Amino acid sequence: MRRLWRFVVALIALVFGRRREDERPEREERIVEPAPRDPRAELAVVGLLLAATACGAAFVVFYAIDSLARHNWLLGLSLGLCLAFIAAALVTTGKRLVANEEIEEDYPEVEHPDEQEALVETIVESGDRLTRRGLLAGAATAAAGALGLAALTPVLSFGPWFRTRELDKTPWRRGRRLVDKEGRPFRATDVEAGTFYTAFPEGEKQDKIGSPVVVVRLDPAALKLPRRRARWAPQGIVAYSKICTHAGCAIALYRKPTFPVVEPRPALVCPCHYSTFDPSDGGKVIFGPAGRALPQLPLTIDAAGELRAGGNFSGPVGPSWWGVRSGRAS
Amino acid sequence: MLRGLVRVLDQRSGAAPFIQKTLRYLFPDHWSFLLGEVALYAFIVLVATGVYLTFFFEPSLARTTYHGAYEPLQGVPMSEAYRSVVDISFKYKAGLLIRQTHHWAADVFVAAIIVHLLRIFFTGAFRKPRELTYLIGLLMLFITLLEGYLGYSMVDDLLSGMGLAIGYGVALSIPGIGGNLAMGIWGAPYPGDPAFESRMYVTHVFILPVVIGTMIAVHLTLVASRHHTQFGRGRRRPERRLIGVPTFPGQTPRSLGLLFSVAALLFLLGGLVQINPIWQWGPYETALGTNGAQPDWYLGWLIGALRLVPHFDVVIGGRTIVPNPFWGGALFPLIVLIVLALTPWAERRLTGDRRYHNVLDRPRDAPGRTAFGAGFLTWVFLVFVSGSADRAYVFFNLDYVGQIWFYRIASLVAPFVVFFITRRVCRELQRAEQVEERQEAAEAEARAVEA
Repeated sequence: MRRLWRFVVALIALVFGRRREDERPEREERIVEPAPRDPRAELAVVGLLLAATACGAAFVVFYAIDSLARHNWLLGLSLGLCLAFIAAALVTTGKRLVANEEIEEDYPEVEHPDEQEALVETIVESGDRLTRRGLLAGAATAAAGALGLAALTPVLSFGPWFRTRELDKTPWRRGRRLVDKEGRPFRATDVEAGTFYTAFPEGEKQDKIGSPVVVVRLDPAALKLPRRRARWAPQGIVAYSKICTHAGCAIALYRKPTFPVVEPRPALVCPCHYSTFDPSDGGKVIFGPAGRALPQLPLTIDAAGELRAGGNFSGPVGPSWWGVRSGRAS
Repeated sequence: MLRGLVRVLDQRSGAAPFIQKTLRYLFPDHWSFLLGEVALYAFIVLVATGVYLTFFFEPSLARTTYHGAYEPLQGVPMSEAYRSVVDISFKYKAGLLIRQTHHWAADVFVAAIIVHLLRIFFTGAFRKPRELTYLIGLLMLFITLLEGYLGYSMVDDLLSGMGLAIGYGVALSIPGIGGNLAMGIWGAPYPGDPAFESRMYVTHVFILPVVIGTMIAVHLTLVASRHHTQFGRGRRRPERRLIGVPTFPGQTPRSLGLLFSVAALLFLLGGLVQINPIWQWGPYETALGTNGAQPDWYLGWLIGALRLVPHFDVVIGGRTIVPNPFWGGALFPLIVLIVLALTPWAERRLTGDRRYHNVLDRPRDAPGRTAFGAGFLTWVFLVFVSGSADRAYVFFNLDYVGQIWFYRIASLVAPFVVFFITRRVCRELQRAEQVEERQEAAEAEARAVEA
């Protein structure tokens, strides 16, 4: 028992005891200035490191226990505090335990004129026996250029870089039915005023940029469509591409005036940059950055009372690009 | 034992002189010199967390149906990419912590770079012989913006899809080559070829990190080879003498302390503060758009620029020449990049100052540069703030259209106002100092005469 006690005391002394003063004689000239003595700071650093140890261990425990691992904040807090305690220990060490004296020295020389000259001469002298210098340089340039071009050619597989007419294509054709996301056809009587619907061409991919259209019912008397489109809005139901002509976001907002006398007209609004389009005026831009009207889809109502496309859009769908024509989509 | 270790190392590598020189490299002591280090350490956290995420993320647009832990998305069709990120958030232990920490680290990384850039700019640290260091840092900022954009874009949630649509619109808008460029990058009209996801992925997790890492290495090598700049002390201007704390032991614990502080902050944020809850946005579909989901802060200036431009395309004879998104989405950031990149050379030409500079200016010491910087910053900052006009409308009920008109006018007028005010303030501060100095000199002389 007594031996055990002695062993414990010895162990404590070994671990927590302070080192005796260094007996080696101080060297005349030190490289590092002697650091300040600060036993309390040493203890503080030990304490901080132990706290970090506890937090690191806590993270492992939290991770291991399923019911605790679900709590993101426990994991974040334990790991974050572990790191924070280590940081505190390091900063304390830096501020209190190591030499912090500032030293002066010269800035390095900015230029090395002799080496510069040697470098130039090395290059010049290596090539001064060449007679067809221009020709060699030309041939080397040609080879390097051809190799570079060859190396870049496979990038063409990225595209089709040059089939830009694809950009104008939409899946809408005359007679194609308007369906909702689940493929159910829209009946004209389903379309109520004061809200908006998203429709797709029947049997076509819905994620194509030319597919989605917004459908709204307006007062037929308030419509101001161009003369050419007079028959595009049966019963005042109009359809426009849902893709903003500015930067391609989906037009997901419909501004419907609650008090028509004091509030502005109904409008389709893009939530990305707030391009605002007037559905009663052929999709004209009334505010925001879009530079082109929203392409309109001609509508018809068939014998079953269902909405069908009367043709393709009034113009190209999606963001504008160099060479986009204000003519019809294909 | 230490002596033996050093001997073994030096015999094998001959590195002892180099290591000793590195240990005694001097760091001038000023808090603002730590900003670049914060960026570096955020990058380290980004790489560490990012590598972890790649083990679980699936860069695939293949369709699947969700059957996982998150109840509201049960049975919803989505891409494998989105499914895997929802799984990282809910299925894998600590996955959410790592993901959120990664996202926070990206936001802090960009913020630290920008604040660091401001410090460099307003103290004239970019001057000869450090123009290259500055230029590399500047390019790194822009590459980082692209890197961050790709990171949140490849998740295929609703927010990333909307961001990509805008990117597609901006790519299309570049005059002359826009159509080809968009078809080349996306492989098909939007939403593009499924391979586009792999293209984003390899760019985000390999190409750009390697580019950024290499640039950091060159940036730091250049800093070390020319040594740090420093502030002059009082009237002493040690243009040829560097005063600082050596790497070891002085600087090492401080710098490591900063590394661990940054990591601690990021993991605490990742654990305690929710960011980009992709499970709330839902999977992306071309026909969907939400109002309210906001992209990362560092894209705000581009969103603002896209929103501020009045509605016009440049159209000649029925053919669009310059589509609208070009101005805000491509030209605006390009102008900012070019102006900042040319600053060192423009300043040299304007001031005729071709000397080497190791001592930094205080902002007041160079009224012209400070005024220009403040005006330029005001311009970019107003455009940035205008990107949140819709939030101001929702939270404070400020009229959106009115706000946009305010920012359109303010962003054109305010930079000039700020320029003149700043220049005036700097000159007055200089003058006040000169008066003080003269008085002190006179007093000293008087004392000398008395004695």
